[in-house]
Amino acid sequence: MSDVQIPLDQLQKTCLYDAHVALGAKMSPFAGFMMPIQYDGITVEHNAVRQKVGMFDVSHMGEIFVKGPEAEAFINHIFTNDIRGYEPGKVLYGMMCYPDGGTVDDLLVYREYLANHFLLVVNAANIDKDFAWIQEHAKGFDCKLDNASPRIGQIAVQGPEAEKTIIEVLGYKEAADLAFYTFCDVEYNGERLILSRTGYTGEDGFEIYTSNENIVEIWDKLLKAGVQPCGLGCRDTLRFEAGLPLYGDELSPEISPVMAGLGMFCKYEKDFIGKQALLDQKAGNLSRKLVGIEIEDKAIPRAGYPVETADEKEVGVVTTGYHSISLDKSICFALVDKEYAALDTPLSIRIRKKVFPGKVVKKRFYQTNYKK
Amino acid sequence: MSKIIEGLKYSESHEWVKVEGDVAVIGVSDYAQAEMGDITYVDMPEVDDEVAAGEEFGALESVKASSELYSPVSGTVCAVNEELEDAPEKVNEDAYGSWIIKVKMSNPAELDALLDAAGYKAVIGE
Repeated sequence: MSDVQIPLDQLQKTCLYDAHVALGAKMSPFAGFMMPIQYDGITVEHNAVRQKVGMFDVSHMGEIFVKGPEAEAFINHIFTNDIRGYEPGKVLYGMMCYPDGGTVDDLLVYREYLANHFLLVVNAANIDKDFAWIQEHAKGFDCKLDNASPRIGQIAVQGPEAEKTIIEVLGYKEAADLAFYTFCDVEYNGERLILSRTGYTGEDGFEIYTSNENIVEIWDKLLKAGVQPCGLGCRDTLRFEAGLPLYGDELSPEISPVMAGLGMFCKYEKDFIGKQALLDQKAGNLSRKLVGIEIEDKAIPRAGYPVETADEKEVGVVTTGYHSISLDKSICFALVDKEYAALDTPLSIRIRKKVFPGKVVKKRFYQTNYKK
Repeated sequence: MSKIIEGLKYSESHEWVKVEGDVAVIGVSDYAQAEMGDITYVDMPEVDDEVAAGEEFGALESVKASSELYSPVSGTVCAVNEELEDAPEKVNEDAYGSWIIKVKMSNPAELDALLDAAGYKAVIGE
């Protein structure tokens, strides 16, 4: 994970900080916020999401509203994916890139029901950087920007029982009609609540955006209904198994979407910042690619460990790795020289003093269960 | 409050030592296992490997983190607890009942540099 060194007294707290402390969560700095890493143990929380339902405080995430006659043209100028033709109520995943193809951030773009209104959801660690980038590039476009991050809280409710939970505990029958990557507007305490069928776990689930005050109440209701609180520890094991990248590990100013294997979220029939560099990389002009590697042992490949060929030549580095909870295998994402990126290529991981043989496998380790 | 057993020697890096003649039986403290959380893997040396006091001989892995193990004494590994290969969680269940390696000591005087139960208690601040 991306660890930004910030003095403890300057860390931000989400609206649910007191709730986490009351639950006895193990708290730790993440992305400039004091966040819960676990409540009852990573394995218990991970399995709750895979088998039933769990909830995450993701209020640290950033929300930036963009509106105006040229909002769509502006977003398409900074966004690798293409929002043209996407109807209101749809959500689209993609990246913002630097001119050299490096990644500014990965984000969700929501096309709102009001014409020419959009919501961008960005990573907590990047809120200030992203907002500065967006402001700079919005010059010349007729649109207005609003960084609403401090006043909006967010809870992710994830797992096979997420829909049932949203309907029964919060009363939003609309949940049943939402397909994956769509959203609707509902009300809570007379205020707007965005109910979005999205997530970062590989399971079906919802992300709820509303005011901080509402989020505190909703968390409490879900908790009383028996929903397992889940920390960032299992958020990482879950997203990793589902093959989802984390900015700072699998995407960065040095790691482009093409290197990360996310080319499907880059659309070249339109212009956007970084397009030419990504096209060059797509044509083969790139040094490394992100792969999955599985090793034949229970030892755990951790971020930073070297990837080697059979003759001990270092050809890459692990970006995220675990002994997978759902699959009982030791697997990792690694950035490797492109000649070694083909499926089934034998590659080893050096873990402390030992070398563990393995091979390149698909990055989506776990079969995801999204609602079509 | 974690468990500390009288009569064992302890290192500041949270290993315990039980002396059986010229053999040091080595494990990790209850405090260490609690800090780690669910242990999923114990990386151990092989029998006949040399270890040196203060040097890494293996590691404990939990889901989220790995934590190196340091040998409190120098010598030759004469046994490793193979039971932990298939059941690493035994370290969580009973840290003092789950030894990790046994070392035939080359310099038993090194034991004098280790902490007793009271000294270790002070280290972990309990």
